[in-house]
Amino acid sequence: MPLLQVKNMTHYFSGLRAVHDYNLEIDPGDVRGLIGPNGAGKTTIFNLITGVFRCTEGAVSLDGTSLVGRRPNEIAAMGLGRTFQNMKLWRHMSVLEHVKMAHYSQLSYGLTGAFLGTPRRKKEESEIEKRSLHLLDLLGVARFADQNVLNLPYGVQRKVEMARALAIRPRVLLLDEPTVGMTPEELAEMMRVFRKIREQFDLAIFLIEHRMKVVMELCERIQTLVFGEVIAEGTPEEIQNNPKVIEAYLGKEEVA
Amino acid sequence: MNAEKSPIEKEKRPSGIRRFFSGIPALGWLVGAVAAAILEYYLGDPLADAFGLPKIPVLFGCVIMLKKPLLMPGALMYVLLIYALPVGIISRITSPITNRISLGLSRMPLWFSAVIHLALLYLILRIWADVSDYRLLMLKLSMIAIMLTLSLNVINGYMGEFSCSHPGFMALGAYAASVFTVGLLVNDRLLGQAVLPLSLGHVLFPIALILGGFFAALGALIVAIPSFRTRGDYLAIISLAFMFIVKSLIENLEVVGGPRGMGGQPDLATLPTVFIWCVLCIWTINNFVESTMGKALNAVRDEESAAEAMSVNTRKTKMIAFMFGAFWAGVGGGLFAHVLRYVNPGTFGLKKLAEVLAMVYFGGLNSVIGSIVGAVGFNFLSEMLRPLAIFKWIIIPILLILVMIFRPTGLIAFRRFDVKQILSPRLKSKEEV
Repeated sequence: MPLLQVKNMTHYFSGLRAVHDYNLEIDPGDVRGLIGPNGAGKTTIFNLITGVFRCTEGAVSLDGTSLVGRRPNEIAAMGLGRTFQNMKLWRHMSVLEHVKMAHYSQLSYGLTGAFLGTPRRKKEESEIEKRSLHLLDLLGVARFADQNVLNLPYGVQRKVEMARALAIRPRVLLLDEPTVGMTPEELAEMMRVFRKIREQFDLAIFLIEHRMKVVMELCERIQTLVFGEVIAEGTPEEIQNNPKVIEAYLGKEEVA
Repeated sequence: MNAEKSPIEKEKRPSGIRRFFSGIPALGWLVGAVAAAILEYYLGDPLADAFGLPKIPVLFGCVIMLKKPLLMPGALMYVLLIYALPVGIISRITSPITNRISLGLSRMPLWFSAVIHLALLYLILRIWADVSDYRLLMLKLSMIAIMLTLSLNVINGYMGEFSCSHPGFMALGAYAASVFTVGLLVNDRLLGQAVLPLSLGHVLFPIALILGGFFAALGALIVAIPSFRTRGDYLAIISLAFMFIVKSLIENLEVVGGPRGMGGQPDLATLPTVFIWCVLCIWTINNFVESTMGKALNAVRDEESAAEAMSVNTRKTKMIAFMFGAFWAGVGGGLFAHVLRYVNPGTFGLKKLAEVLAMVYFGGLNSVIGSIVGAVGFNFLSEMLRPLAIFKWIIIPILLILVMIFRPTGLIAFRRFDVKQILSPRLKSKEEV
């Protein structure tokens, strides 16, 4: 059985059909890509999988457990981490607090601990702090731990967001355009981060990306989404040479 | 370490006064203030006589100055001789000793050091309040205001929702606690004979307050269930409605006196009781907002969808914070009823709401220390300006507007309340170590 399975998922926004009959199977260790023109419904698929929207039809399951109808925080705690296209960092919190926050579901000190500051809370807080610093260190941003996220350069913010997503101990990591708006240097750095994550963590990655270079280099299989429908699926080479994909991106070739 | 210190000293060089006082730890200031309070206790009356003041100036001479401007020099001299000079000189002179004691205390557990500082603070308040009953009442009401402001800050500041039902929660707490104590301990016309002797009062009072807090939290649950399913302004509207519902509910309950109010509460809210509850409130709320579970409130406020995606149970977080804030408002209300020993539903209306909101936004959002400063500052300011009568209500709003223009989130917003750092010794140069 695949780790993450999506079967015949269809979603309507009132009358508008955003996603139609979408299927996906991801096994542990896979790296899968999702490409498509703007407005094709890529982020909607992420939101459907992570429980932000509930799909109109179809089934989503993680390791055999159905995700449909569960709240996003439950789904995240089950091991589905994600990043956002616009990062969605918390503007009044430090880098370390960001990563600590993502350990929320792993805390067990409860309300007594929160209100009264019990020894158990101290222990758990220092444990997640240690793990958070370790994650930040792994991504090379530990020296910014005490700074407010808004004061940091874009590339660092992206890494903080990545560390935050890794902190929930994901089994599948959904990345929504992680390299958007990056300079070539930042991009190269991000590629190093991707490789590091693949080496260090036992997880599958599902990636939305516009940069062909990134998709081609990282992904084993790619889906192309146009108007909510998958028009092509295959290895990077197959996709690159698929006439339907070329048509979707560049328009139809005039017959000379 | 030396390299770290030199720039700090350089920064402070421009202001001589500030440099003179920068080496004094919190303990030193407290010792100075104790000395000033004792000085006033023994020398206040003769000194006030000597400066031609009718009696000891109750609030740092402000009231006297505004009432009779001719007495201004006398009042200023009094403030200088009784407060400014003793506090300044004694805390400066004792600073080598107090620094050494602070250093010793900083090596002990934090709670021990905190208890000692709090005991000193209580001593100051006790002596200061002994001079007049008016001061005593002011202090009690200020401490209750701290509790209300802080608990509202949890909802409006830390969580970023706009709740208007704090007077309602206060009323629930005030009436629940009053019914409990009056019903059990006092012969009342409406609630019948006393069941238990009044000597049990101090044992039962905490139970009464906690009961009040739970009633308020229950009220919060009723507001929260429909409103947290929606977003933004809806909570403000629902909570405002809730406040009016509570008010008219009490107005129509003849058992608790209806619109005439309810009196005769036993005199249980003494200064130490109020002080202890206020400290408890600050302590638990600070604990909460410093924990990762509490910081989830900030995450919910800044970017709720990201919080959910990071496994934060946003619904539970919001519910807890709302009920926790309401609980402390209820306890504050219970204390309020027993300080005044009379409550009526008219107290818990729009005016009270405006007052609490003003204290929160004046002091600073998302900050424990801001709430303390806001509540105490606002209370004292409004008492000090009392002689101005109607002009008081022009000056205070203007001040609020100025704060909003220059510091849109309040005087001391978004700051951590770091007890350890506040209580730490201030060692700046070698000869003082």
